[in-house]
Amino acid sequence: MAAEKDAQPVMTADDVMKVALLGRLALSGAELSSLTAELTKIVGFVSQLSEVDTDAVEPLAHPLDAQNVFREDEPAASLSTEQALAMAPRHDGECFLVPAVLGESSSA
Amino acid sequence: MTAASSHPFETIIGLEVHVQLQTKTKLFCGCVTTFGSPPNTQVCPTCLGLPGSLPVMNRRAFDLALRSALALNCQIAPFTKWDRKNYFYPDLPKGYQISQFDLPFSFDGYLEVSDPKGAFEPRRVGIIRVHLEEDAGKSMHDEAAGTADSRIDLNRTGTPLCEIVTQPDLRSPQEARAWLNELKLLLVYLGVSDCNMQEGSLRVDANVNLHIPQADGRVAKTPIVEIKNMNSFRSVERALAYEAERQWGEWQATGAELGSMPKQTRGWDDAAGITRGQRHKEESSDYRYFPEPDLVPVTVTEEQIAAVRAGMGEPPAVLRQTLESRWGISAYDADVLVNQGRELVDYFEELGGLVGEGKMASNWMQQDVLRSLNERGGTIADFPVRPAAVADIIGRIKQGDFDTSRGREIFAAVLESGKPVAEVVAGMGIAAVDEGDLRALCEELIAANPKIVADVKSGKEQAAGGLIGQAKKKNPNVNPGKVRALALELIKAMP
Amino acid sequence: MPLTDYSATQLAAALAAGETTAVACTEAFLGRIEAANPTINAFLAIDRDGAMAQAAEVDADRAAGKPLGPLAGLPVAVKDVLCTTDQPTTCASKMLAGYRPPYDADVVRRLREAGCVIVGKTNMDEFAMGGSNENSAFGLVRNPWDLDRAPGGSSGGSAAAIAADMAPLAIGSDTGGSIRQPAGLCGITGLKPTYGRVSRRGLVAFSSSLDQIGPMARSAEDCALLLEAIAGHDPGDSTSLNVAVPAYRAELDKPLAGLKIGRVAAHYGPGLDAEVAEHVEAAFAAYEAAGATVHEVELPHAAYGVPTYYLIAPSEASSNLARYDGAHYGHRWDGKTPTDDGGIDSFDSPLVEMYCRSRAEGFGPEVKRRIMLGTYALSAGYYDAYYAKALRVRRLIRQDFLDAFEQVDLIGGPVSATPAFKLGEKTDDPVAMYLVDLYTVGTNLAGIGGISFPCGFTAGGLPVGFQLQGPALSEPLLLRAAHQYQQTTDWHTRRPTTVSA
Repeated sequence: MAAEKDAQPVMTADDVMKVALLGRLALSGAELSSLTAELTKIVGFVSQLSEVDTDAVEPLAHPLDAQNVFREDEPAASLSTEQALAMAPRHDGECFLVPAVLGESSSA
Repeated sequence: MTAASSHPFETIIGLEVHVQLQTKTKLFCGCVTTFGSPPNTQVCPTCLGLPGSLPVMNRRAFDLALRSALALNCQIAPFTKWDRKNYFYPDLPKGYQISQFDLPFSFDGYLEVSDPKGAFEPRRVGIIRVHLEEDAGKSMHDEAAGTADSRIDLNRTGTPLCEIVTQPDLRSPQEARAWLNELKLLLVYLGVSDCNMQEGSLRVDANVNLHIPQADGRVAKTPIVEIKNMNSFRSVERALAYEAERQWGEWQATGAELGSMPKQTRGWDDAAGITRGQRHKEESSDYRYFPEPDLVPVTVTEEQIAAVRAGMGEPPAVLRQTLESRWGISAYDADVLVNQGRELVDYFEELGGLVGEGKMASNWMQQDVLRSLNERGGTIADFPVRPAAVADIIGRIKQGDFDTSRGREIFAAVLESGKPVAEVVAGMGIAAVDEGDLRALCEELIAANPKIVADVKSGKEQAAGGLIGQAKKKNPNVNPGKVRALALELIKAMP
Repeated sequence: MPLTDYSATQLAAALAAGETTAVACTEAFLGRIEAANPTINAFLAIDRDGAMAQAAEVDADRAAGKPLGPLAGLPVAVKDVLCTTDQPTTCASKMLAGYRPPYDADVVRRLREAGCVIVGKTNMDEFAMGGSNENSAFGLVRNPWDLDRAPGGSSGGSAAAIAADMAPLAIGSDTGGSIRQPAGLCGITGLKPTYGRVSRRGLVAFSSSLDQIGPMARSAEDCALLLEAIAGHDPGDSTSLNVAVPAYRAELDKPLAGLKIGRVAAHYGPGLDAEVAEHVEAAFAAYEAAGATVHEVELPHAAYGVPTYYLIAPSEASSNLARYDGAHYGHRWDGKTPTDDGGIDSFDSPLVEMYCRSRAEGFGPEVKRRIMLGTYALSAGYYDAYYAKALRVRRLIRQDFLDAFEQVDLIGGPVSATPAFKLGEKTDDPVAMYLVDLYTVGTNLAGIGGISFPCGFTAGGLPVGFQLQGPALSEPLLLRAAHQYQQTTDWHTRRPTTVSA
């Protein structure tokens, strides 16, 4: 993994642009500059966690210690195509329509 | 076809295989996974990624994945968890795929492949990991229609997939193809998947580069290329062969080595027979994996592993050796039989048991049963001639009722007419030839063939064979061996 | 007494006794909603026809002698973050304006089965992100106690609806305090159940490992009534607890003698409003008078709760909200390139442009901020220092509670450092807004239960809330402790006079 960043980071406009594209958000010029300032402040705020000694501590992703929850391999009712497409911004009665997808199937 | 013999490099190949598991329903919801249904008819809030929807793990999918991993000799993680792989694509409605990142449920396995004809050395291919994840949907773009849209069908979203990642242990395109065949055979034997590349239930990406020994003893390595869009095992072999040559040419032209550029992705164009560079997307590779909060981890105990192993049956590799030792057949024969699948092996073993030995049974399987099965199509389960009938024919041959070639005719007639063996035999007028009739026939032929008699008398015993065809013409039921033996006896007794 | 003054418990009794009808109740509350909502803006959608039809059905069933549960005929307001098939589910976002889900949330299904009359969907901070309900795309919500002040958030609409007698029962959701904090600022009672106690199926996800749905009402007794209906195992939610639901109302009247309540000294720092502190201390005294004992306990990592929360929640949210991309549902950019505003204007492809512009148009500023923060915290090179680090501190925070509950049964204290603040007061400073969650985030991080209820009023007439937190599955004790307090005080019965019927 890449090197960890230390406390007191400063977000640059470039950082913000990269994150915006990663998160698929088109930001206006005004948003870019206000977000740069806000995120710098917020990231500075949350970085105080580096003060806490967590060397011997495992991450806690789930608040409860549950395991092994399954369902049986039995079919359940699906939606109708009409229901599936009902809220689609654009569709042709069978499929969702989106601007052309370049390249083959999913995943990089 | 391989460059190995004519160029001084080693081709280093690793494979990434995605296999759709043969469950009734999807990995996280109760939609069915039937192939080829009309678009968007097998979807629900969960696989559509609608707001508020949640996943629940399919127990059978996990069991099939576990079975696969055990058959691939993997270590099973006692504790495994699920992770989100985040990226934006229209066939991924949630904007993330539920997969496994740092704690896959299995790792460190292997699958061996060998060629009974010896085209390559036996190869043990290491398996880095086998993990479970959900499939994405399909996007279809009709260039001809000229629209600027793609059509998205989410039927396939959420189908359970096993991802199998190998070590770069393969050394030639043929090995890779053979290994894939072995993997497919194994998974079909296990009932895990039908591994049908045409239907997309098995997909392969390959990573390949060259190791080129230098004069100074160093080994230069070309940059690794990932090849996608291969639609058959044959395409995999062709693509790898092409790519190895292309990299060799590239190396000679530029000398670019591993590390000098990011990993390239190239798509195989089967019609043109070439790989093409795909546009490099840099930021799309930051998947921001993190633990899936909507799913709890899974623990696997030794007892569970033992139970899965017990229910698995023999994998092909073991079955080949079992057949060899149990029935005394050759490695080649065992390979042919096993490669046809478990049902055919069962048929063979039933036949062998009835016949009392393996070699004849194996010959009949290959030359008669398999041949006709391939001509007719259909499965061995549907094949109308059952082992008992074949055993009956073989038994009569051994008794001397008729010879093997006659037996083949009977087999064909049984297959076509559907009648029992005895009835077909009687209908063909096959009857044991009376000793007296045989003697009379031989005497008749000897009298009519003075040249053959002279040849035999002068020491060329094989000339007696010329009488067999004539004998059969007169009486198709004669046993050629008996004709020869009797004719020789009679000729030798002549003055 | 007008029907809208009745508590849910009183209404249930009146309905069962035939003293009133579901139609009459529903009409009364709908009337109140129609009168007050233009000012308060607690509701985003009001379903008069559906509600009256449901009420009529309940009355017909009752007249026919069918056995009915205690909630039959009671009006309930549902936060617009829960899927309802018959009303829009917008999460107060332009992204989901007009969105109609094809399925009901599990909680909604349970409410319908119980015969509840769902009167409408309540306003909230967009996608549950906020502490003041000023982040709604459909207008802010005003605190019924002072119309220039915020009701709290993100369940501001549900809290205001109860406070203004627009409904006797409401459903909220709580990820870092979004039920308890608005309950405190609006002078009502709100409970965040133990994580997994109530199914999240159909709850539009904000932060999956923190979100919980809970009841909001005038009293603990009413909350208990509602919780009995909505709690329970759902096999369609892998994080749902497979544990029987207790009869919460049955033990409400057990006396509190012997109850040990923890008090955390670190809660009483300089940021805590003096009047709030005073009323909170009075509440402790009231508990002692009732036979409980108060003990000093420590939650050593409490100060790190907010930064931990503001790493985990936005990270999960950045992933949960990725589905809102204009492709399959929700708002899609109309394709018209806006005038150059000096911002990001070049994209890899028309598809990527569609994603980016749809999301830019659909999401409000706070949502964008959190998506950006979460995306950053999960990104390559930052994951360990931010997200993974937060998960480790989370374990420490949970352990603090586990340790404290070895010594005490419940932990008491403020729910909010200040009473309701003025609208616009904190909107310029995101970090200041985040700190309104100071006392509540720990409960969600640890996955335990918490309840907030009024314990007094400031000199200026603003409600002050008191919070009790308890171990996992301690809802019976939390409700009982709050109920007992409400038997000897009347803060919870007071009503604002700003909006008249």
